[in-house]
Amino acid sequence: MKMDREVVGLPATAFDVQRVREDFPILAERVRGHALAYLDNAATTQKPAAVIEALGRYYRHDNANVHRGVHALSQRATDQYEAARETVRRFLNAESAREIVFVRGTTEAVNLVAQSYARPRLGPGDDIVVSALEHHSNIVPWQLVCAATGAQLRVVPVDESGAFQFDAYEKLVGPRTRLVAVTQVSNAIGTLPPLERIVALAHERKVPVLVDGAQAVSHLPVDVRALDCDFYAFSGHKVFGPTGIGALYARGSILESMPPWQGGGDMIRTVTFAKTDFADIPARFEAGTPNIGGAIGLAAALDYVESIGRAAIASHEQDLLDYATERLAAIPGLRIYGTAPGKAAIVSFTLEGMHPHDVGTILDTLGVAIRAGHHCAMPLMQRYGIPGTARASFALYNTRGEVDALAAGIEEARRLFA
Amino acid sequence: MSGELRDLYQQLIFDHYKAPRNRHPMHGASHEAEGHNPLCGDNVKVYLEIEDGVIRDVAFEGGGCAIATASASLMTEALKGRKVEEVQSLFEEFHHLVTDGEAPGRAELGKLEALAGVREFPARVKCATLAWHTLNAALAGRERPVSTE
Ligand SMILES: Cc1ncc(COP(=O)(O)O)c(C=O)c1O
Repeated sequence: MKMDREVVGLPATAFDVQRVREDFPILAERVRGHALAYLDNAATTQKPAAVIEALGRYYRHDNANVHRGVHALSQRATDQYEAARETVRRFLNAESAREIVFVRGTTEAVNLVAQSYARPRLGPGDDIVVSALEHHSNIVPWQLVCAATGAQLRVVPVDESGAFQFDAYEKLVGPRTRLVAVTQVSNAIGTLPPLERIVALAHERKVPVLVDGAQAVSHLPVDVRALDCDFYAFSGHKVFGPTGIGALYARGSILESMPPWQGGGDMIRTVTFAKTDFADIPARFEAGTPNIGGAIGLAAALDYVESIGRAAIASHEQDLLDYATERLAAIPGLRIYGTAPGKAAIVSFTLEGMHPHDVGTILDTLGVAIRAGHHCAMPLMQRYGIPGTARASFALYNTRGEVDALAAGIEEARRLFA
Repeated sequence: MSGELRDLYQQLIFDHYKAPRNRHPMHGASHEAEGHNPLCGDNVKVYLEIEDGVIRDVAFEGGGCAIATASASLMTEALKGRKVEEVQSLFEEFHHLVTDGEAPGRAELGKLEALAGVREFPARVKCATLAWHTLNAALAGRERPVSTE
């Protein structure tokens, strides 16, 4: 570990991966007789003890419904739920906690914007711009609203290296573009599109921008005000929090203008059969009993990330990415997809003569967990003319030793298939 | 290498993966269907030539991983000359082989036994059965009307 520090040039106290690993109980698991090397972090991340304990503490001591009880527990649950919203605000550097809507995850956040923001504003001849890097959850919700309104989806291509084609983007954003929706980090190949330029150009043309932050929050510092985006979506489970919780940030003035998208309890002010007054933001978008425990667990996860420091995480992951790229690129017959300069710690690859599924199975027998397949980005795979890739995606608790285990497993796969 | 892995990737599997049998399109097939494994994006197409209740010829296209491709190839070999009415029990037997290992013994599996190792890898059962599900779809489909052209 000393070596890691030297490589990233940090002081000895800055980041100690072994200490970090001790925070994640699951990393002690053995799989098929081997130490677990969990390299599937883009699918979901593992949970630190702080999150597991926050969930346990809430259910053991504080559980009650929010915003509706006169009793002590309900007040505690409400306070913690709203404190979690404030934690998310701080984490994203949003201006106000009113701009934070709790949702199930990125998918639900994008659908919320599609149905509540986009749908009422779209008609035939209008369009929405996405990129070829998008996850299905930032494609299909737009296809659904397009089908319902007669609008069109326009797609910014990527080049062979997986880089976002800014020139094409400039031409695609036109007078009828109503929204740009783009990922901050490609989950399939790691590309980082030039978000600041993307947002600046869209805003010049009075087009709001949604950023899919699902793959960014656990790796990069995120500041929605510096980014100047209008919507930002992420999932708790990809940033060391529980499943079933995530958040949508929406610029206050825009969120105010949006109608509810689901009806029910908690999202109203008064209900009569003649007329219902809707609640203010963000409650207007949180119909029904929310995932209270999930929100509290998410806040614990974000606090955990802050306690380590996102800059330290980013530099540790950069070291892993550089090392993994070097090790893997040296393997004959291995092709890395996503080679644009500046990318997240995701290495997507194919091996000549081998299907990614076979690679994944062989690695699994060695305790190395990766993902094999299209990564919910089938259009991107089509761009490359492949059914899928094998993908190793790193997080703050991964080590160079795990990269070695990955490389050794790939060599074993090659021997087996030789 | 682990024993599980050796059991999964037997020599016969590699043989059929690297040199699949009966992998070509078939014009004028009496039955055909396409199968898709959304998990890995693999596609196969199965063609049958059935006459008097007997599978006279069978072919496939596509494939994917070693398991899916070898399974399709081995399946075509196992089907040639077989009565259509025997196919169901053969599939059932095969399904047991790759899932729970029970052997009701209603049909002789022969070379298909090479896929027994899939059992230890539940995530790969879909790969091993893709061609078989596609076969079922082809058999269930309407027979194409005979063209007079
Ligand atoms: C880039 C990206 N966007 C969106 C999603 C969807 O996230 P979730 O399934 O948590 O809603 C994912 C997760 O796979 C992702 O990687």
